[in-house]
Amino acid sequence: MKNYMKLEFSAISENEPFARSTVAAFCVRLNPTLDELSDVKTAVSEAVTNCIVHAYEGKGGKITIECEAEEDVLHIRISDEGKGIEDIAQAIEPFFTTAEEEERSGMGFTIMQTFMNGFKVESQKGVGTTVAMTKKFGGNKETEVKAHAQ
Amino acid sequence: MKITAKTSDAVLYLYLEGELDEYNAAKVREHVDKIIEQNLACERVVFDLSGIKFMDSSGIGFLIGRYKKLRRSSTAAYIQSPNAAADKILSVSGIYTLIPRI
Repeated sequence: MKNYMKLEFSAISENEPFARSTVAAFCVRLNPTLDELSDVKTAVSEAVTNCIVHAYEGKGGKITIECEAEEDVLHIRISDEGKGIEDIAQAIEPFFTTAEEEERSGMGFTIMQTFMNGFKVESQKGVGTTVAMTKKFGGNKETEVKAHAQ
Repeated sequence: MKITAKTSDAVLYLYLEGELDEYNAAKVREHVDKIIEQNLACERVVFDLSGIKFMDSSGIGFLIGRYKKLRRSSTAAYIQSPNAAADKILSVSGIYTLIPRI
């Protein structure tokens, strides 16, 4: 059976640990490995940081996280109603940043793409951005099979 | 975040403990820069990440920033003991080419 949750919170950086830990807690019933859980937490943190720093430019706003879990797959959508991304292709290039002076690495989207199995960005200037990501959990399956075989 | 500093044989060891994310990065940067400025005679700086429980690209930005700062005084920087999750993000970012892991 599908499981679903929706989380809305203020776009302030002190909410980052709360956001990634909540998504991680939602994932637990999918039996992820610690590495897989860590990947999800990192990807969520990157997306939420983008909302706070780039979409709302530190001025605050609303961030929405929706998660849907079915069997061993997690779908996450992280949305803001911020300024939007003008050039998505450029934004997702490794090391591209609009805020180098703030010591931004420009690696956020690259990390989301690398750590998750599916990744998509939709954005409209002046309306907002949604990052949709998918993670398939399977690392613990082999262990389970082995445990049964013993 | 807890930051502990130790010097030994002209090496400044910085032990970082906690979660290095957007929320913490600015405070950590300020604290660490103060320690670095107080230890300008050191020839090397080692960032010990064994106590880092979580890190995202804000941590990468922090480390690149310290690398640039230290480079101005020709001080070499190194990373030691990241956990598996931190090591993954550090490897993906390619930061080990600037700040080698020891």
